[in-house]
Parts: sequence; structure tokens; C-alpha cells
Amino acid sequence: MARTDTQPSNPEGFLNMLRAEAGRGMIPYLLVTAYALIVTTLLLIDPATSLRTDILFVLFLGVMLTLYKVPLAAGYKLVMAIALLGIAMPYFGTLNPFYMDVATQVGMFVVLALGLNIVVGMAGLLDLGYVAFYAVGAYLWAIFSTDQAANIIPRLADSFPLAPEWFFIFLFLGLIVGGFTGVLLGLPVLRLRGDYLAIVTLGFGEVIRVLATNLDRPVNITNGAQGIKSIGRPPLFFEPWVQALGVPLDRSQLYQLYFYFLVLVVVVVMIVVVYRLNNSRIGRAWASIREDETAAIAMGVPLVRMKLLAFAVGASFAGTMGVIFASKQLFINPPTFDLIRSINILAMVILGGMGSIPGAVLGATLVTLLNLQLLPRVARELSVLDVPSWLDPTQYQRMLFGMLLILMTVFRPEGLLPEDRRRQELHGQDESAMPDTLLESEQQQADVTEPDVDIQT
Amino acid sequence: MAVGVDADKKIKVQRSVGMILKEVFGPLLQILIYILICTVSLSLFVVLVALLLRGSREDIDLLQSTLIILPQVIVDGLVRGFLFATIALGYTMVYGVLEFINFAHGEIFMVGAFVVAGFAVGLASLGWLEGFPPLLFVLFAVLLGMAVSGLLAMATERLAYRPVRGAPRLVALISAIGASLFLQDFMRMIALATGLGFNVRVQTPDFGDPLQIAEIPIVGERLAVVSIDSRALIFIVSATIMLIGLNYLVNVTKLGKAIRAVAQDRPTASLMGINVNRIIALTFLIGGALGGAAGVLFGIRFGTINPYIGFLPGLKAFTAAVLGGIGNITGAMVGGIVLGFLEAFVASYLSLFTEGAFAGANYADIAAFSILIFILIFRPSGLLGEATTQKV
Repeated sequence: MARTDTQPSNPEGFLNMLRAEAGRGMIPYLLVTAYALIVTTLLLIDPATSLRTDILFVLFLGVMLTLYKVPLAAGYKLVMAIALLGIAMPYFGTLNPFYMDVATQVGMFVVLALGLNIVVGMAGLLDLGYVAFYAVGAYLWAIFSTDQAANIIPRLADSFPLAPEWFFIFLFLGLIVGGFTGVLLGLPVLRLRGDYLAIVTLGFGEVIRVLATNLDRPVNITNGAQGIKSIGRPPLFFEPWVQALGVPLDRSQLYQLYFYFLVLVVVVVMIVVVYRLNNSRIGRAWASIREDETAAIAMGVPLVRMKLLAFAVGASFAGTMGVIFASKQLFINPPTFDLIRSINILAMVILGGMGSIPGAVLGATLVTLLNLQLLPRVARELSVLDVPSWLDPTQYQRMLFGMLLILMTVFRPEGLLPEDRRRQELHGQDESAMPDTLLESEQQQADVTEPDVDIQT
Repeated sequence: MAVGVDADKKIKVQRSVGMILKEVFGPLLQILIYILICTVSLSLFVVLVALLLRGSREDIDLLQSTLIILPQVIVDGLVRGFLFATIALGYTMVYGVLEFINFAHGEIFMVGAFVVAGFAVGLASLGWLEGFPPLLFVLFAVLLGMAVSGLLAMATERLAYRPVRGAPRLVALISAIGASLFLQDFMRMIALATGLGFNVRVQTPDFGDPLQIAEIPIVGERLAVVSIDSRALIFIVSATIMLIGLNYLVNVTKLGKAIRAVAQDRPTASLMGINVNRIIALTFLIGGALGGAAGVLFGIRFGTINPYIGFLPGLKAFTAAVLGGIGNITGAMVGGIVLGFLEAFVASYLSLFTEGAFAGANYADIAAFSILIFILIFRPSGLLGEATTQKV
């Protein structure tokens, strides 16, 4: 560090100077507030869907990242976050429902990425069939909120579809059933080594999808490939209050707001839960399993119970989100839950940084924006240029995510917002095992890196 | 002295001839035994089930229908078995050398299928396809597919796997998943850009009618015609030839010795003067070539392909590799055969026995995964597990 200081006037030094200047006293608060205000105002002045609004929307979400990265008082951060996500965003959403939908989907994927982050990032168990738990939750609510359930329990046929109030109970049921499915899958496969586990979970994801496609015979449970239509929605219990306040919103707008806030609440709860878990005895146990199973057992970590817990917690997140997803989309069918969606969620976790909570949030946001905004936008711009139809970028999600996964693992395996422990670990490895010592066996490399890990933990 | 040297040479040659025969054809014998075991036990099982359920159906005689389709199912099992075996070899060789699941191998297989489609289109545009001798067509297509797929596998290794070789296991696996997804869409892009389209029908020269082997009279006037499609026959024969070639390559040649050495102990192999990076690249080349050849044969046999066909056979071939004991070449072949037979029987008989309540073709996939899970739980070392110390 001292050496770099002696070098005169390089751009980095200037940047550091600027940063130091801007970080003094009230200045950062003013800068961040000004940034947020400008972006929000510009966004609200002209809310029509366009390239300009797209960019502003990304900048708007960038405020959240700034709030996370810049060292400011926690109270200020909280107030800003509530003002932006709780007031500005919903208001903007009533002006342009498209962005509201994008924001809601971002939130849903944030929860899924957080859930997968527990399994993959924290406990180090590569789960390639994560979307199966999502499907379980979605089908759970879809079946019981439509006539579909009458086929399964003919005796109670009159009581289906269930009343909208059941939605809240099913949120918890989704949690429980998702977790239970996770344990069910986890029990047999826990003895497997990492890469076998990946393949088995992949197979499990496929099995769930095949079952969803084929379980319309002999008893029609899932309605097969046609999927389930007109899934129940939660009750709009606040509709009278909104009307009493004289806010002119129709039902579809109310539902949009409703799902937005519901997802926002779930996101906040999940972040708190994951954060608390990660900094608890359980989180440390997961980390120790991830780093070295044998050492973890020797230290008295109950291996099976901890792995099962990771599976169950991750799966229960997905189960709950599945219930919300089904009721938001009103329609689900088996292809909604194919492998590419699991890979999508995995890409979010890898992009943000395995094991890192802010990383999962950032990764989910970036990937969802890429899917919903960037690709269609590029496609639209390209269509003007008379590009042949086979080059439509929205059709090449797999290629894009494939490239993303390769590039991230090769060039930045710790992710964009890495967890501290993992960053240090990977850098330690870079220094101790240079690329030209590739011939070194894995055993030797493990020996080299282990001491580093021990010092940090 | 001179006489002594001569005698030494002689003994060496004699030994190696005996060894060559044993090394090359021993595994084939083992495969043959497993084919027989599978055929006999599964046939007995379905006949037994048919006898038990015989009274429950009025519309058809269950035993009779069972027996009528049985020969066809066995042929189907053989084709599936050799398909999985050829793909599984690629998984198992790479696993043996690197202890790494080459997730993109299914896509290498898929590319092979597209090579034959493109080859056929090329021939058709020249107007040569109609009169092209079928066997020559197969030979050229297989060689072309092997070259393209093998080189592609090597390129994948160089670009996506070698940079992360020192990293934790999970990282390499994720990179492989990325490579797999990338190849799927890359192939799709090429197929769409060249006008082949998404769903491609593979044109072939006329292979003639199915060969009738025998007609077995069963109860009443109905005959069970045992016939084999000439494409299926080509599939089985070519796969067998490739397996023999691979056995020769790995067990007899110097290159094979180097591969086995690298699989056993990478640092020591490099100390013995083996270029480990080159051997790993060659392993990918060989595995990829086999996968590509399987793809070509698959394309010829089944006719319709798309860029996503590699996923399921890849997954099942991996299951086969695990079933036979991953890292073990003979094991991969045996595992492929066993899995192919099981799948063919499930696909054909499940709907027959459940009166169509469960569509067998769909549940065959589930059967394959269940086998994978059970094998991994109860016998992770696979069928030929005791031989896993001899990797590759």
C-alpha cells in the first residue's frame, strides 16, 4: 500500500482523493439523496415504456446498490430504502404497470436466489433441480384453488375451489411442503459427493416436471401438459380502504400493488432470516461443511442434520414463492418449471457470488433485468436493422447464460459482490497455485489452501 | 547372447498376442454375458407378470400380447443399450482422468447427430444421396461426426475446463454446465442460420426393408415376427466395432498406457515424461469422437433430431456410467446395456400392464433416474465396482 502512495498522480490516486473528499461529513448524504431524487423525478415525469425509462429504471435500482455500498448511517439507509421501494416504486408502478411487473419478478427471483444461495453458496451442495420445489409450491396452490382438487378428494368435492382466504394458510403450507420435499430428496442423496448430488438433483427436477406432465392419468391431478388455468388469487381485503381514500385504481392495478408489496415483505423477511442464519451456529456449520466435510465431522458438526436443514430451508423458500407465483400468474404448466429456470437461478447465485447475500440479490436483479428488459430491448432495436429472425437475442438465453457461467467461473469465480471468506480463499489459491502448476494433484492443492482457510475462519 | 535376445522378443510377442486378444475381447465377453442375463431375466419377469395378471383383462390375452412384442423389445433394448454405452464411454474416460463430470458430453453427442444431417443435406444438394451406397454413407458420416465432435470436445476442454482445473470441484462443474448450455444454443444458431431448421429430419439413402430373422408361432394363428431394422443392425454392429477399437486403444497401445497412467496418478505420470495436458486433451478427443459417432448413428436410426436432444441421453448415459462403476470402461459399456434393456422393457410393458394408465415412454425416464438414485445410495461403486481401482 505504502508503495502505491509514493507514485505521483496516477488516476487511481486521484480517484481515491475524490472518494476521500466525497466521503467526508454530510457530503455523501447529499450526493446519494440528490442521485435518488433526480432519478426518481425523471422516472415519474415520463413513465412511458422506452429506452430512456429502461435506463432510468436500472439507475433507480442502482440507488439501492449505492445505499448498500456507501458507508452511511443505518437509519438514513433504512429511510431511503423505504421511501424508494415503499412509496416511489409503487407510485411509478401505477403509472406504468410493466415496470411494476418487472420489479415484482425481480423480487420473486431474489427470494429464489436467496434460497438457492443457502444450498449452493453456504452449504456447498450443488442443486440443479431447485425449480422442482418452486413447482411443488405452485402446483399445491394451483390444485387446491381450482376444481382440480375435487379429482383427488372426491368426497370433499363441494368444498373446492378453496376460498381466497386460504391463500395465507397456503403460504405457510407451501413453506412446509417445500421443506418436506427438500428433506425427502435430501435424505437419500446426502451421502453422495458434490458432483453426484448435482446430477441426482438434476434428475429430480426432471422427474417432477415429467410427473407434472403425466399425472393427468389415471387420476387427473395436474391436468397434464395443458396446465392449470384460473388459479385463485388472494382476497383484496384492503380494497374498501383504498376506495375510501378516493384513490382511483382498478382491480388489476390493486392486484399488482398487492403482489408487489407481498413479494417485498417476503424478500425483507427472507433477507433477515438468511442473514441471521448465516451468522449463527448453523451458518458456521454450513460453511465448515462446504470447506471440508471431514474436518467438519471431526469438529462435531452433525453433518446429515445440517445438510438436510440447508436443503429444507432452501426448498421452503422456493415452495412459498411457488404459491405466490401461481396466484400471480393465474396459469401454470409444466414447461414453466424446466431446467433452464433452475440454471437461471444458479446463474444469479454465481453472478452475485456464492454464499453472499447481497450478491444473490444483485445477481437476481441483474439476470431478471437482462431477461425481461435488455434482451427484448435489444431484439426490438435489432428488428429495425432488418436482422434475420434466427438472430433474435431473446431466443438465445441458453447461450447467454452458458457464456455467463463459463466467464464467471474462469475469470471471477468469487462473483460480483463476493462473500469475504470466499474472496480471501480464492485469492489465496491464486497466489499459492499458479496456473503453470496445473499438474499438481488436487490433494496437494487442498493441502496448500487449507491453512489459509483456517487462519481466516 | 543373441539367441537370448531373440527368445526374449519371441516371448514378448507371444505374450502380447494372447494379452491383446484377452484385453480386447474380454470386455466384449463380459458385455455379452450381461446382455444374456438382462434378456433372460427381464423376459422371464414380464412373462411372469403377464401370467399373474392374465385373468384381470378380458379384451386381450395379456400373455399373448406380451410374447408378440417381446423380440422387438429386446432389439430395442440392444439399440438403446449400445447408444448409452457409447455415450457413457466419454463420461467415464473423462471422469477417470480428471475426476470431473463432463456435463457438455450430451451436447457433443447432439452435434454428431447434426453432422450426419448436414452431411446428408450436402449430398442431397449434389444429387448423390439417392444412389449412395448405405454402408459407405454410414462410414463417411461416422468418420466425419467423430472428427467434428472430437475436436469440439477438445476445444471445450481447452476453453472452459482447463482454466478452472485447479479450482474447487463445484466451479469446474458449473463451467461445464455453462459449456453445455452454450453448445445447445450455438448448434441451434448454426442450424437456423444454415436453413436446416430447429427440428431436422435426417435424410439417408434407402436402407432396405427390415430383416426378418424368424417367425415364431404363438398360441393360435398369430405369428411373432422377429425382425430387425437394418439401421438398428448397423447401429449395433458399428457400436461393437468402436468398442473393440477403444479396448485396443486403451489396453494395448502406448497412448492407452499413458491415459491409464494419468488416470491413476497425475503427478507421477508427469514425472514419467508423460505430457499430461496432451493426454487429457486426447482423452477428450477420444471420448468426444465416440459421442459424436453415437450421435451420427442415433441420427440415422431415429430420423428426427433437434438441438436439445443431447440432454436426456447424456443424463442417462451418465447414469449408465455410474451404474457400471464410473471411471471403468468395461463398466460403462455394461451399465449402458443394462440401462438400455431396463428402459426398453419399462417403455413397452408399463402401459400394457397398467391398461394404459401410465404411458410407459414417459415413465421410462423416471425409471432411469430412480435407478441412478438407488445405485448411488446402495452401491455407489457400481456393478463392476471391485474393478474401480483400475481406472479408465
